[in-house]
Parts: sequence; C-alpha cells; structure tokens
Amino acid sequence: MPDEIATSAAQAALPSWPEGLTRIPYWVFQRDDIYVREQAHVFRGPVWHYLCLETDVPDEGSFRTSFIGDAPVIVTRGAGGKLHAFENRCAHRGALICLDDEGKAKQGFSCVYHAWSYDLEGNLNGVAFMRGMKGKGGGMPPDFKMSDHGPRKLRVAVIHGLVFGTFSAQASSLEEFLGDEICARIARVLEGRKPVVLARYTQALPNNWKLYIENVKDSYHASILHLFFTTFELNRLNYTGGVIVEGDGGHHVSFNQLDRSKVDEAYSKQNIRSESDYKLADPSLLHGFEEFPDGVTLQILTVFPTFVLQQIQNSIAVRQIVPRGPGHSDLHWTILGFEDDTPDQRLVRLKQANLVGPAGYISMEDGCVGGFVQRGVAGAPDHSAILEMGGRDAVSSESRVTEGGLRGFWKRYRALMGI
Amino acid sequence: MDTASRFLAVAQLNAQYASVIDNDRLEQWPDFFTPQCLYRITTAGNFARGYEASIVFANSRGMLVDRVSALRTANIYERQSYRHIMAAPVILGAQGEDMRSETSFAVVRIMRDGATILFASGRYLDAIVQDGSALMFRERIVVCDSPRIDTLLAIPL
Repeated sequence: MPDEIATSAAQAALPSWPEGLTRIPYWVFQRDDIYVREQAHVFRGPVWHYLCLETDVPDEGSFRTSFIGDAPVIVTRGAGGKLHAFENRCAHRGALICLDDEGKAKQGFSCVYHAWSYDLEGNLNGVAFMRGMKGKGGGMPPDFKMSDHGPRKLRVAVIHGLVFGTFSAQASSLEEFLGDEICARIARVLEGRKPVVLARYTQALPNNWKLYIENVKDSYHASILHLFFTTFELNRLNYTGGVIVEGDGGHHVSFNQLDRSKVDEAYSKQNIRSESDYKLADPSLLHGFEEFPDGVTLQILTVFPTFVLQQIQNSIAVRQIVPRGPGHSDLHWTILGFEDDTPDQRLVRLKQANLVGPAGYISMEDGCVGGFVQRGVAGAPDHSAILEMGGRDAVSSESRVTEGGLRGFWKRYRALMGI
Repeated sequence: MDTASRFLAVAQLNAQYASVIDNDRLEQWPDFFTPQCLYRITTAGNFARGYEASIVFANSRGMLVDRVSALRTANIYERQSYRHIMAAPVILGAQGEDMRSETSFAVVRIMRDGATILFASGRYLDAIVQDGSALMFRERIVVCDSPRIDTLLAIPL
C-alpha cells in the first residue's frame, strides 16, 4: 500500500498555470505538493532569507533561533565576532539542538536526547559514549568520524543590521540578490543606526503564507480595506509615491513621500474639507517627529519571499512570515526603536505601534483578509485570481493603484518553482 | 477600606469591566480609566524583558475612546465576541485610596460561525484609584501568557 500511495502522489501532476502574469490559480494556496516543493525550491533554494537582527546576537556565544520555511535554524556569534547559522537539527536522530528563542551558549550546544554536542559554528564535537562503556564494549564503529556529520550550515550575510541566510551554495551574494535599489531603501531606514527591540509578538494567520506577502505588496487595497486614515481624515493630499518592483520581480517597495512644493496648497485644502464627524479624541497618536530627511512617511519593503521592512511614519518594524502548512502561517513582528531615541521620540514610537500588529489600526484587517481568501476559494482550486490593476506586467509604477508588485512576486516564484 | 472590602471592590470592578466588553457596551469601557492613564496589552515574554512597546498602548482616556470609535467606524473584522473568565483578584498593596492588584483571566472568543477558542489567558496588573465612590484604573497592564495572537485583536481585553 505505501508503494501505491507514493506512486499515485508522484503521478499527480500539477495543473497547468494560466497564460501570462495576470491569473493566479487558487490551487497554489491549497496543495500539499506545492507546499513541499516550496520548501525545497524557495526556502532551501537559491534565495536569501531574513533570520534575525545582528543585535539579537551581540556577543561571542550569543544565539537566536529562527526559521527558513519549515526548517528551524540557529544563528550564533562565534569566535572573532563572526556570525554563523546552521540547522537546529541534531545530526544523530534529528531532534532540535536548541530549545530557546535566544540566549548565551559559550560552550556551544548539546542535544538533550543523546548529548551529541556542537560548537558555535554547528560542528559536531562530541558524541556521548562514542567509544562505548569502559570494558563493556559498545560505542560507535571505529570508522565513525564526527567531521562527516552535522546539521546543514547556512551561508550568512548582513546588511545594515539585518542577518540573512541561505542553504544554497548557488545563491549570488546578498547584495546582488537584493539589488542596488532595495539595498538603498533598506539603508535609508537602518544604515548606521543601532536598533533597539521594543516588542516582539507573533500573529497566527489562518492562511497560506503567499496570501500574506501578496497583501503586503498590494498597495491597491491600502486605502480601501484600511479605513482608519480615511475615516479620521488623516490622509494628506500633498504626497507623491509609487511602487518599485525589483529583483526579477520578487522584491518591492511601496512608498509615500511628502511633496514639499504642494505643502501650502494641500494644507489649505485640508482645512476646507473637514466635514467629518469622526475626530480622534487624542490625536497625539500621529504627532510624529521628522526622522527621515527625504520626506518619505511610508515605506513598505519586501524581500522575496517572506521578509518585510516597514516604516509607517515613525513606526519601524521587521516582519518575517513562517509557513505552517498550506493553510496557516506565523507572522513574526519585531517592533524597533533606535539607541539614540530621545524619551519623546520613544514615546512617539510606543504610540505609533498602535498602527501595526494584530491590533493595528491600519494592519489588523491584514490578519483576517488572507483567511477570507483561503476560505473563499476552498471549493475553487481550478479558478484564478485576477491581477490586472495597473497593467499586465511586473514593473515599477508612479501610481500605488497597481498590482505590479504581486505580478512580480509570482514571476519570481514560478521561475524558482518550475511551474 | 479594610482588606475584605478592598477585595470585594476590586472583584466587582473587574466583573463590571468584563461585562461591558463581553456585552458589547464598549463605549463605556474608557470610563473605567482615569483621564491620564496607562492601558497596555503586552505578552509575558515582552513584559519579562522589559520591552516597552505594546500590542495596544494608550496613555490617555482619549486614546481608549479612539480605540472604540475606530472599531465602530473604521476597522473591519469578522463579527466576534469575547467571554472573560476572571479569577479572584490578589490585592498586592494599598496606600490610602490607591491599590495595586493582579487578576488572572481567560478570554474565550466566539466567531460568528460559532468557532470558539481560548483566545487569550494572562493577568491584569492594575493600579486602581478611588474617585468618589467609584474605583478606576490608573493603570491596567494586560500581560498575555502567550506570544501568539490568533488572526487579530480587535476588541480590547
């Protein structure tokens, strides 16, 4: 019977993908075989994945655990301050090597199951009873070499305090993977600054991981689904912005920028059109400070496949999506401040943290809308989503009313997946 | 107030607070707080590490009023309700009219289709002041035991 099951699984070919970039078949959010293939081709493929902040592993011996897709990973700082990452999987029987989120492990790690031990680089350096019990025999065969075994090691690279890793020897350098525009857009938020973690929490999303990253790249929905700014008339007229699509389509930046030439005109218009009954009782929530000289007040940046860097006014955060089977994912939020924040600036960040996260005024809807899709398409695997807003290709746009970033994601995804 | 009356007064305050949220009378929820107040929802891990930011943060009653009006007029989420189960309060200290207390809670979330889960458990860490005959929260820190929030947190805890 098991043979039959294996054969039928191998024979079940994937349905064909509709022509072009504008149709996304719903089976891609549902199928177990797609999920399995993603783990190999996307998560363990020639792609860099966000692991943690460099400040999460400040000293020699510091570690933090993370994920690349389903794979649990340990990031460490070893001798000479060098960063390492390797699978959190004992070479012996596959148990987790490290059971904590973060900490110090000066002596490395020891698996609780049979005490096989590892140094900070992930090298196996101890096997309990390797030579057996004294005088009683046992032990590993004489030709067993510790150096032949170990968890898979990752390549690690850092950009402006963000630690990325890849299982792939084929992946280009991190900078090349990101491209100049994405590197510059990360730099404008993080370069030369020491981030301070202000909070971490996890949002369990009732949907496939790709529905969340689609949502982040979808600037079309922003003013439609998220009514907070509109309801309280906090939208400003004097903004320009756009969507940048990079990295063979896989990365994107969506931004709003103050157009200083229109400031006066726009302010006067705002005074004219304040007819709304809805006013914030305490508008200090939005009294920010000028943090970025370029006037960009909103920048949402994604790095293929599952990383988000967010600047919404003075609310800075990184988000990492971890798939949890075809129908579930975990969204890990890390809310950031910076070491040189004044007390007033820090208070602004604490207040503006209300905008994001599971209770965020402008992001709580993103926690449920992916589930609405997952449930909505449950009986329609052979039907497709329509992505034609802003054209049919995957290019940058001065308008944020575009699905170009989504088409770019799927272009990159399909190339990697071979579908 | 003597010890027994403090205990009863805080237990009653908690019961009234839960009743307002669970029976969808959210407009009354800010009235449980002093005009200058602190309301936070955080997690045990964040709290233990002293992390400052919150899932929900308000340092004025006005910000709580804004939470409610945003939920009523702006935010979009599937119809749902809570049921708070409150433990008896522990009075941690009292000085004049001011008290500090800790109360364990569990919140069950009921979705419109009937799906019912244990949405949150944790403790309220409170600073309570007496305003005339009424008790009010000067500070209510909601420390959730788990670092995970399912889907979204719209209605306050």
